[in-house]
Amino acid sequence: MAFTVEIAILVGALALTWRYFGSYMAAVYEGRVHFLRWLERPIYRMLSVSESSEQSWRRYLFSLLVFSAVSVAVTFAILVTQGYLPLNPQHLGNVTPALAFNTAVSFVTNTDWQNYAGETTMSYLSQMGALAVQNFVSASVGIAVAIAMVRGFSRKGASSIGNFWVDTVRGILYILLPVSVVMTVVFVWQGAPQTFLGPASVHNVLNGVSQVIPRGPVASQEVIKQFGTNGGGFFNANGAHPYENPTGLTNILSIYLILTIPVALTYTFGKMVGSIREGVGILVAMLALFAATFAFTLVAENGGNPAVAAGGITAVHHGNMVGKEARFGTGNSVLYNVTSTETSTGSVNSSADSYTAVGGLGMMAGMMYGEVSPGGVGSGLYTMLIFAVLTVFISGLMVGRTPEYLRKKIQRTEILWASIGVLVMPITVLILTAITVAIPAGRAATLNAGPHGFSEILYAFTSQGNNNGSAFAGLSSNTDFFNIAGAVAMLLGRFGVMVPVLALGGSLAQKEEVPVTAGTFRTATPMFTGLLVGVILLVGALNFFPAVALGPVAEALVHGRFF
Amino acid sequence: MQTKIRTKGVARSRSLFDREILAFAAAGSVRKCDPRTQVKNPVMFVVYLGTIVTLVSSLLKPSFFSWAVTVVLAATVLFANFAEAMAEGRGKAQADELRRTRTETSARRLREGVEELVLASELRQGDLVVCEAGDTIPSDGEIVDGVASVDESAITGESAPVIRESGGDRSAVTGGTKVLSDRIVVRIIANPGDTFLDHMIAMVEGADRKKTPNEVALTVLLIALTVIFLPVVVSLEYFAHFSGSGVAVVTLVALLVCLIPTTIGALLSAIGIAGMDRLVQRNVLAMSGRAVEAAGDVSTLLLDKTGTITFGNRMASRFIPVSGASEQEVARLGRLASLADETPEGRSIVVLAKERFGMREFSAEDSFEFIPFSAATRMSGVNFDGQQVRKGAVDAMKRWAQEAGKEIPGELDPTVAEVAKSGSTPLIVGSNGAIIGVIELKDTVKPGIKERFQQLRQVGIRTVMITGDNPLTAAAIALEAGVDDFLAEATPERKLKLIVEEQGDGKLVAMTGDGTNDAPALAQADVGVAMNSGTAAAKEAGNMVDLDSNPTKLIEIVEVGKQLLITRGALTTFSIANDLAKYFAIIPAMFVPIYPQLQALNIMHLHSPASAILSAVIFNALIIVLLIPLALRGVRFHPASAAQVIRRNVFIYGVGGVILPFIGIKLIDMLLTVTRLY
Repeated sequence: MAFTVEIAILVGALALTWRYFGSYMAAVYEGRVHFLRWLERPIYRMLSVSESSEQSWRRYLFSLLVFSAVSVAVTFAILVTQGYLPLNPQHLGNVTPALAFNTAVSFVTNTDWQNYAGETTMSYLSQMGALAVQNFVSASVGIAVAIAMVRGFSRKGASSIGNFWVDTVRGILYILLPVSVVMTVVFVWQGAPQTFLGPASVHNVLNGVSQVIPRGPVASQEVIKQFGTNGGGFFNANGAHPYENPTGLTNILSIYLILTIPVALTYTFGKMVGSIREGVGILVAMLALFAATFAFTLVAENGGNPAVAAGGITAVHHGNMVGKEARFGTGNSVLYNVTSTETSTGSVNSSADSYTAVGGLGMMAGMMYGEVSPGGVGSGLYTMLIFAVLTVFISGLMVGRTPEYLRKKIQRTEILWASIGVLVMPITVLILTAITVAIPAGRAATLNAGPHGFSEILYAFTSQGNNNGSAFAGLSSNTDFFNIAGAVAMLLGRFGVMVPVLALGGSLAQKEEVPVTAGTFRTATPMFTGLLVGVILLVGALNFFPAVALGPVAEALVHGRFF
Repeated sequence: MQTKIRTKGVARSRSLFDREILAFAAAGSVRKCDPRTQVKNPVMFVVYLGTIVTLVSSLLKPSFFSWAVTVVLAATVLFANFAEAMAEGRGKAQADELRRTRTETSARRLREGVEELVLASELRQGDLVVCEAGDTIPSDGEIVDGVASVDESAITGESAPVIRESGGDRSAVTGGTKVLSDRIVVRIIANPGDTFLDHMIAMVEGADRKKTPNEVALTVLLIALTVIFLPVVVSLEYFAHFSGSGVAVVTLVALLVCLIPTTIGALLSAIGIAGMDRLVQRNVLAMSGRAVEAAGDVSTLLLDKTGTITFGNRMASRFIPVSGASEQEVARLGRLASLADETPEGRSIVVLAKERFGMREFSAEDSFEFIPFSAATRMSGVNFDGQQVRKGAVDAMKRWAQEAGKEIPGELDPTVAEVAKSGSTPLIVGSNGAIIGVIELKDTVKPGIKERFQQLRQVGIRTVMITGDNPLTAAAIALEAGVDDFLAEATPERKLKLIVEEQGDGKLVAMTGDGTNDAPALAQADVGVAMNSGTAAAKEAGNMVDLDSNPTKLIEIVEVGKQLLITRGALTTFSIANDLAKYFAIIPAMFVPIYPQLQALNIMHLHSPASAILSAVIFNALIIVLLIPLALRGVRFHPASAAQVIRRNVFIYGVGGVILPFIGIKLIDMLLTVTRLY
């Protein structure tokens, strides 16, 4: 009952956020919000960017790639030299180059895959000056790309799709920073530490045990981790750690923060293309996929753990509580983890590896259909719009006109880029998984044999290829092979999609509009939303059905039951 | 839709199972196995390569299963070739019929006033030739002198001769047609091999068929859907190895072929060719596939009033008495004045009087003195028993009354104005100089045309009537016909301007035209249908030619365009939706040896792994053959709103596409089991 009320409150809060924050974001990117002008202007001057000059999609992409390359280099440099740098009370050594590269790529691509334990690897400077900075920046870049693509739909006969630098700066200043500052205070109030004092040494006089408890600037890190759908935790245990996620309130607040931007961007989209209903159509498709995945995973976890039952142990708790915190139970654990896997966040408050095979499949599924439900900040919307373009192309012909979406004809160029955008992720994931299971360096890393071991590898590359960062665990992945292969997956999963997205936006912006008539295939309809969901599920299933059959499905069936 | 105008055209409509075409297609399906032909269709090329792989594998490690798969895959390639060859065969059969008309003729070339006999193939542009009754016109040209009746049935299929004369919009003649009477001098306008007939043959044969823009885009998508399944299948092999044991190459190829969109890949070009073919059957020649595709996208139709919306000949519709006369009196005198009038208007007055009042007492042979119409008096009528009955144009009849010293009734002018306002022509009837009434001659709107415009509106097409009438008359007819808009007092310039304006709003415009002055507008329109009776300039400018010269055909052309696009979309959707069932057939079959528990995924309860895989590839091959009739005939198009059309098609081809293969594969599996093949 309490869980139902919680979900009702979450939905209500998200509905308001969708309406007002969505509208606010449109205002930000249309340059109507100026309250941090004094900060904004010097930044442009520093970057020597003219606010009013716009870029073609090629320039936009070029700026983005240069910026990202610099970000990777700077982050890498800080990590490999952190031992010589200040704000390192634990005197942690330099990060090894392979791990530093993986981590730098991971945070720049908004993945936040972590092949390390934060509290024993990263200095405060690395956490705040390298990783948290990328948490802001990579999130803003993601939104910027989505907005640039939406401009492709809303403009006609235009040669430019915005200015990368302006979009990114505005996203940070007006969207990410204000919310993070306010919410950090809430997290501190709820008990998340925010300190430079280093680990606390505690001596328990009663049992004579001395403990070192790691601390640090956690609260500030925590909010942007969720709000920017980054997911990289301060501690190894991530959202299951009481310092990262101290209370039930922070738990539900985390879920709310994760969903805020991806959900609200559909309103922004509707507003920018001149029809809120188009945004609603996209949102409903996202929510339908989310609700189905959540229900699927919840049913699996509520069904209990077959291994526990096989051991003749009567579980005290309801459902599969292995690897879950008693304070959250199955409901809040599943909601948190599904929210995070469906948004390319990747933070967890319960151990994914300990979920039932089917529950694990639920979390994997959210990533496998391309992180669109509602997906990461920006990336969720732009990936969804690629699917929308494909859906319109396949089914739109059936009204007897050549396909059009949002008054733009979908032709060869658009289909070419949309196809690439959809193909990059599954090809990356499948090939890297295949290489990994084929070579000893890959096979050796799994802690489990059989289908579960396969799931661990599949999950790792699905997560990185989708820039999620969620880890199934059970994989010793801090090796040169996994650091490099993972970085490749993350780079392809991020930029392999952004390139076609921007190209698509650029091509659409140049087009003239086609008038809407009674013969036009309307996209703000339940029919289109249904088709869109169908296409996403079908594409996901076609790509991953064989892999999933050998992983979670085989594991569940070997255990004797599916649910 | 109703009002189908069918003529026995060039394109003798052939049965789908015409033996001649089937034989041609069967031969073609083998001939097309040339890899250079195959590589043009990327999806089928993958099947082609897959067949080679399974063939090699069967040779190295022979087994019934691998041979069976090889045979079925080879059949898949042949079936795809067959579908394309079948569509081409239909075009080729038509081309052959046309070619038969192009016998080598001799021509009487005129050089400096002297005739010389040369072969038609020696004629060059600008030559003058003489044609007399019985001669076949040697090449395309324009009459520079004379008038003749010409039998154009070789081109149009219409046996009634047409009049062709020098000057004006009826001066074009086509090579291969026959002069029936008189003598004409023709200036040749096409070099050999470049005549209308040559173009027509090339067009129906599909010799220089290029992929249309939408076809290109769809091919890109199909390539993507093929490319993605390569890593899926290749990676699967490694996953299976990791999990316990590998999968045979033959099985992997079978899975790959089942997953890539072979159904639409095999039928795509057949759909395009069949679309052109359906137009040819309606006696319309499209100069490119692009034009047919554009027809489906048209959102504005420019329709000439005369001939398209109205019959073009005015018919009596009402008798209106003035100055105290009765309606019957107007009808009686109007009829008397028209008895000897053989014009359609005159006859319509007689018919209306008979219909309304049963008048039939006099026949035209009775001893009256008929006064025929003359340009000077602009009246016609009859004299009998000293009575002069006349009918004629308003001003002429008024003058006649004034000359006879009779007063013009005061209500005449308002009545005449009212008739004119409603889009009709008033005709005045009088007796001995006294005006007694008005006959309304109405330009009759074709029956059913209003409903047709309503249907067009449903599918989002705006109709604009083009007329030379004044705005008042035009508005009345536009209202009656139910068009969305009209252009009155139209000139070629205004027509062109209207097209450019519509296109500026992103709309695609279709129109018909026949005159030389229509040429710029025809060229500007996205779909420009030139009437075959029109000038060479008009035919050159348009991208379609209607051999029947029937402007109403424009509506059918749009429907064919839409049908083509729907068929393409429906089969694409069907093809992709099919994959789900194939996965459920093949994946359990592949992995049960590794994890026997995966038998649970064999929801169709297929007999054995081998029978499951075979059933899936057999279904995959057979479905191509089964869908050939649909690809050639096209999915039926019911004019309805986009929402209704999509709902219907998604249900049939999307949902149906998911369900049907489950049933089909299960049936094939049962058949294999019953026949003990497996």
